[in-house]
Amino acid sequence: MSGINRLDGGQIDRNNVLTFSFDGKRYSGFGGDTLVSALLANNVRLMGRSFKYHRPRGVFTAGSEEPNALVELRSGARREPNSRATVAELYEGLTAQSQNRFPSLRFDALAFNDTLASFLSSGFYYKTFMWPVAFWEKVYEPFIRRAAGLGRLSGEEDPDTYDKGFLHCDLLIVGAGPSGLAAALTAGRAGAEVILAEEDFALGGRLLAESGILTDRLASDWIEEVTAELVALPNVRLMTRTTVFGQYDHGIFGAVERVSDHIPEPQPNKPRQILWRIYSKRALLNAGATERPIPFENNDRPGIMLAGAMRAYANRWAVTAARNVVVFTNNDDGHRTARDLSEKGVDVAAVVDCRHNAPTSADFEVIEGAEVIGSRGRLGLKAVKMRFKDGSEREIACGALGVAGGWNPNVHLTCHKRGRPEWNGDISAFIPVKSEDSALRVAGAAAGIFSTHGALQSGAQGAIDALNDLGISARFPALPEAEDAPVNIAPFWYVKGGTGRAWLDLQNDVTIKDINLAHQEGFRSVEHVKRYTTLGMATDQGKTANIGALAVLADIEGKSIPEVGTTIFRPPYTPVSIGTFAGRSRGKEFRPYRLTPSHKWAAEQDAVFVEVGNWLRAQWFPLKGETHWRQSVDREVIAVRKSVGICDVTTLGKIDVQGADAAEFLNHIYCNGFAKLPVGKTRYGLILREDGMAMDDGTAARLAEDHFVITTTTANAVSAFRHMEFCRQCLWPGLDVQLISTTEAWAQFSVAGPNARKLMQKIVDTDHDITNEGFPYMACGEITICGGLRARLFRISFSGELAYEIAVPTRYGDALIRRLIEAGKEFDVVPYGTEALGVLRIEKGHAAGNELNGQSTAAMLGMGRMVSQKKDSIGRVLAGRPYLQRVDDYRLIGLLPVNLDSVILAGAHLMNVGMESCAANDQGWVTSAAYSPHIGSSIALAFLKKGDQRHGDVIRIVNPLSDGDIEAKVTSPHFIDPEGERLRV
Amino acid sequence: MIINHPLLGPRDAQEFVYLGDANLIDRPDPSSSTALDDFHDYLYLRDNPAGSHRELWFHEQGDRSWLVVTRDTTTHEITHVELASEYAKRQGRDR
Repeated sequence: MSGINRLDGGQIDRNNVLTFSFDGKRYSGFGGDTLVSALLANNVRLMGRSFKYHRPRGVFTAGSEEPNALVELRSGARREPNSRATVAELYEGLTAQSQNRFPSLRFDALAFNDTLASFLSSGFYYKTFMWPVAFWEKVYEPFIRRAAGLGRLSGEEDPDTYDKGFLHCDLLIVGAGPSGLAAALTAGRAGAEVILAEEDFALGGRLLAESGILTDRLASDWIEEVTAELVALPNVRLMTRTTVFGQYDHGIFGAVERVSDHIPEPQPNKPRQILWRIYSKRALLNAGATERPIPFENNDRPGIMLAGAMRAYANRWAVTAARNVVVFTNNDDGHRTARDLSEKGVDVAAVVDCRHNAPTSADFEVIEGAEVIGSRGRLGLKAVKMRFKDGSEREIACGALGVAGGWNPNVHLTCHKRGRPEWNGDISAFIPVKSEDSALRVAGAAAGIFSTHGALQSGAQGAIDALNDLGISARFPALPEAEDAPVNIAPFWYVKGGTGRAWLDLQNDVTIKDINLAHQEGFRSVEHVKRYTTLGMATDQGKTANIGALAVLADIEGKSIPEVGTTIFRPPYTPVSIGTFAGRSRGKEFRPYRLTPSHKWAAEQDAVFVEVGNWLRAQWFPLKGETHWRQSVDREVIAVRKSVGICDVTTLGKIDVQGADAAEFLNHIYCNGFAKLPVGKTRYGLILREDGMAMDDGTAARLAEDHFVITTTTANAVSAFRHMEFCRQCLWPGLDVQLISTTEAWAQFSVAGPNARKLMQKIVDTDHDITNEGFPYMACGEITICGGLRARLFRISFSGELAYEIAVPTRYGDALIRRLIEAGKEFDVVPYGTEALGVLRIEKGHAAGNELNGQSTAAMLGMGRMVSQKKDSIGRVLAGRPYLQRVDDYRLIGLLPVNLDSVILAGAHLMNVGMESCAANDQGWVTSAAYSPHIGSSIALAFLKKGDQRHGDVIRIVNPLSDGDIEAKVTSPHFIDPEGERLRV
Repeated sequence: MIINHPLLGPRDAQEFVYLGDANLIDRPDPSSSTALDDFHDYLYLRDNPAGSHRELWFHEQGDRSWLVVTRDTTTHEITHVELASEYAKRQGRDR
């Protein structure tokens, strides 16, 4: 049994009985039903509670513009709040819950808000919660948070997947009503690549919702015939359940396809939804129109709905909201609803037409020049009150009221690129402005062409015009005969008079009084009124509300509606879930990281990893029995200084620079000179920005006259390469030089420590001399290792020890780390991670990211004299700015605590002894700090005013965040081997 | 947006990185006696037109070409795209 309100006919499959539940109660419906049509069939009119006043509400529309019938769909992790029940397809076992009510939909405790209505008017929050300030956190915020929102999130991870896809076409047709179908037929037959997107699950649009509008045949037959032809055309892609929600630049549209929303859960390996980015050469908008209500006192009762929706429920879904109905209209379209319902056996008690020249009917009473002025029935409409043209009043019993205030073309997509619609007095609505830009055309009701004949014709013509732009000729197809009724409407925006509330925005509970209040309080612009009252700011974006508010404002100001203007429509047209935008970028896929060539091996050693830029690097390698990271790091540092250690340094940016002018190019890039660097030598290089501040540093190795291999820091690998390409292409395009990033091509390891050479000699093929004489400090060269594997060897050191960096093609990286560790056993070799790397470089006083943070100059880093004045390089001129040359500037220094047990924290600030700790007395800051096992205490690098002249002074390291205040001695930043002897042995 | 790459044809703007005013190509003469002021103006003074704007885009997810794109900042209409190296040579830049 499926409901007492079910009529005959309709586009439903009566052989397919589906059971579902709403608020725990079981009902049944048919295939082709939506949740709303099935509920109405079962005589359920109360479907939700309003946002602010918790007023009982029923369904208001039959489409995606629905403001009232929002439910929590599904259960468990798949529960989706604020789902529009009007577009929720019924399936076997569907479960839905009403929302924003407690304890039940029929009795809602928070409905007491409704009795406080005069207190809760627009601006209530702004006015009420101003003071006392202390109340915010303890009283106001918890209260507001509890009361805010409609549905509840599941709080669980979404078990479904969401995909993204890209589509290209000649013509994107948005909407598959009569004009969209005519357009698709025209363009499809012409051989153009066509995408036809329809938000509904069925093609046909308004053809499904009307009866008898094709005059020479059944609409369902024509839809079936067109669909069959379109499906057979390989150049046409039919996309149902697909909402085109936004228009973007250059013919790009965003669309969401609801692949699995109409079934209990997605089929295996299918996504729930797909976000499509559609690249179109031309587009045709056939989005139809949305009916608008006529607000009157208490116009929000369950059972009061748009007349067109009432007609759609009767014709398409064969249901009526009640057995006796009234229609309130200002145009001929309302009479069509009365006629269709009457023909289906529904008792039409009256058509209340505010016009004085209303058409008459033999089947129902038409009351001219009258208005509906009120209603009765808290949980469901029982009667409406009307006022005759002579001023007398009467109550008419009815279970449902259809309101017909005229139709608004769905112009939204034409406004996403700042297009503003224009007023058309003939239909009393905004229509899309004729644009110079013909990439998006509009046809059918969306263009204000409201007859079915006009829709069919304009759709076909729109497709012909669009394809003509592309040089594709298309022929006008044979189209069905259809009604061509003119629009007869007398603008009537809202019922005046009365003391109660008349609702404009049903979802956000905005009344006509609220618009008046906003205006009284000085919010005159339509954009201000919107934000003050929240009109049009709910999930339906005011599709049924905005025009009414404009009319109220126009009356207050004594202006016309077009003079008041409209607010701007922005994407999305209907809500799109965040999961769809995220797509597969969830969890670890949100920000994928890169693995070093030794990652697998390091994981086998139980290394602890850390994210560095895009990379996952080994941070330290704990041994059995080590319970604190410091134990591991100290051991690694000591091992490097004592014997030898190995670190994967693949992540450093590597750029291959080749060409006859390679050296000259590097002279432009680096502030120091490279022209005279001999082949087979490496040099440290500092890159400045054009404003004179340090950008990045690294080494450049000259493998041949016309071939350098340079490195950048890990963090700046991408941006430094981009900068170099800018210099090459934009500043010195005449240089014969080419760049390529080879970061991924080479696995590179640092082998550092007094025994580094002995270890390297075990793997470097013997025909290469790597003795101190044959391969001195800063040497570089192409060699072979392990019996013929090509490799690059650099004698450079970040740790301050005798060190090499060895690079092999990336695929040999894993083998090389295993070979090095094996060969190094006799020297007690250790792998060391980024933490030990950091300690070693701080001990040596090498600058890294903490020092090269965009605020430091070469002079601050102690490298002022490196900036060559003999040649032009990026940043040289502005590095000479007087301010950057001042003598009291910061200089890089080392810090050693006076009390060796004290711990220095990076970020702390420096103050002179005896001075108050305040910003005015600030002397500098700590950039890097570490425990040095070599020194046996905490050490740090810092920038200190005139620091180079203050070695030996005692200064205070102040950390106001944790009341830290310790004394430290200013030293050279080089804590070990200041003369660099270890490097050269 | 779609940028019509002179070598690769129409490409989605997502593949590019934006830098800014193409006047960055006109790096002043560092040996001029007014170099300090010239570099200051070059680096810090930019036009911000509502309308046609010549600007630099880098095809980072593509062939690593720097492009000079002429775009209307009010409509995003792109009227011209060329390789920055060719534009720079026309501006007299060489080596």
